[in-house]
Amino acid sequence: MRWMWIDRIVELVPKERMVAIKQISMAEEHLHDHFPSTPTRKAMPVMPMSLIVEGMAQTAGVLVGHAEDFKQKVVLAKVSKAKLTKDATPGCTLRYTATIEQFTTAGASTKGIVELIEPSATGEGNVEVIGQIDLLFSHLDNNMGGVEYPEENFVFSESFKTLMETSGIEANF
Amino acid sequence: MERSEIFDKIQEILVDALAVDDDEVTNEATLIGDLGAESIDILDISFKLEQEFGFKIEQGELFPEGITQDPDYVEAGKVTAKGLQMLKERVPHFNFTDLEADPSVENVSKIFTVEALVTFCEQKLQAA
Repeated sequence: MRWMWIDRIVELVPKERMVAIKQISMAEEHLHDHFPSTPTRKAMPVMPMSLIVEGMAQTAGVLVGHAEDFKQKVVLAKVSKAKLTKDATPGCTLRYTATIEQFTTAGASTKGIVELIEPSATGEGNVEVIGQIDLLFSHLDNNMGGVEYPEENFVFSESFKTLMETSGIEANF
Repeated sequence: MERSEIFDKIQEILVDALAVDDDEVTNEATLIGDLGAESIDILDISFKLEQEFGFKIEQGELFPEGITQDPDYVEAGKVTAKGLQMLKERVPHFNFTDLEADPSVENVSKIFTVEALVTFCEQKLQAA
């Protein structure tokens, strides 16, 4: 099973935009090992920002892969920008919105917004934009170096198929 | 658009894409050697140029691909006459004087200067 950092796709506008969510749970083992403190608050379990970047990479990567029916091997090539302004703690939901900025045979660039939804007793929680993550993806078979890779699409594994099916999106790969 | 204006926009793009300082982006600076660009950065820079100037850049149009792996174009560590001819046709925005003087394969990346990038954009804008 691939390490998945999104739980559900909640919106997909093909070749344009995708929104996915990630519920942060205290049951996740990595939170037990990641207890940073800051000058203004004591140590507490916090979702590592590197994994938030990975969540956005998976969101944007599925969007880019879906644009060509998952025939391309889409790999994260560059984190062009990653800025996060607030910690995400257990009980919160992360909402990733990825938008395709440019798309060519060689790859794609995406813009991403990260929102943090704080839980509340009455239902809809407080939503706050906490970051921007812009990424660059390469279509591996069209790489500039001319390197050849196996024919099988090893990027979009069974885990991604499961994610799409549980999100109610057809996955024929 | 004036050449100096094109340079200013390219300087901004390179500072953003390659995380270098303004003063490192000179006309003579090579993208790969001096500014540390990797192959994926070329794609990033292409995307940013397209957005900034509004033209399309085909894959391999900005910087030639796969040349050093092609035995037709490289022999015993030197770019062949056929390779040089192909480069001149495919990427006419480069200055080939130094590569012609010493066609060692490691010199291919040295022709990709900021000045070449400015010329490339100037020619694309004129053709539009």
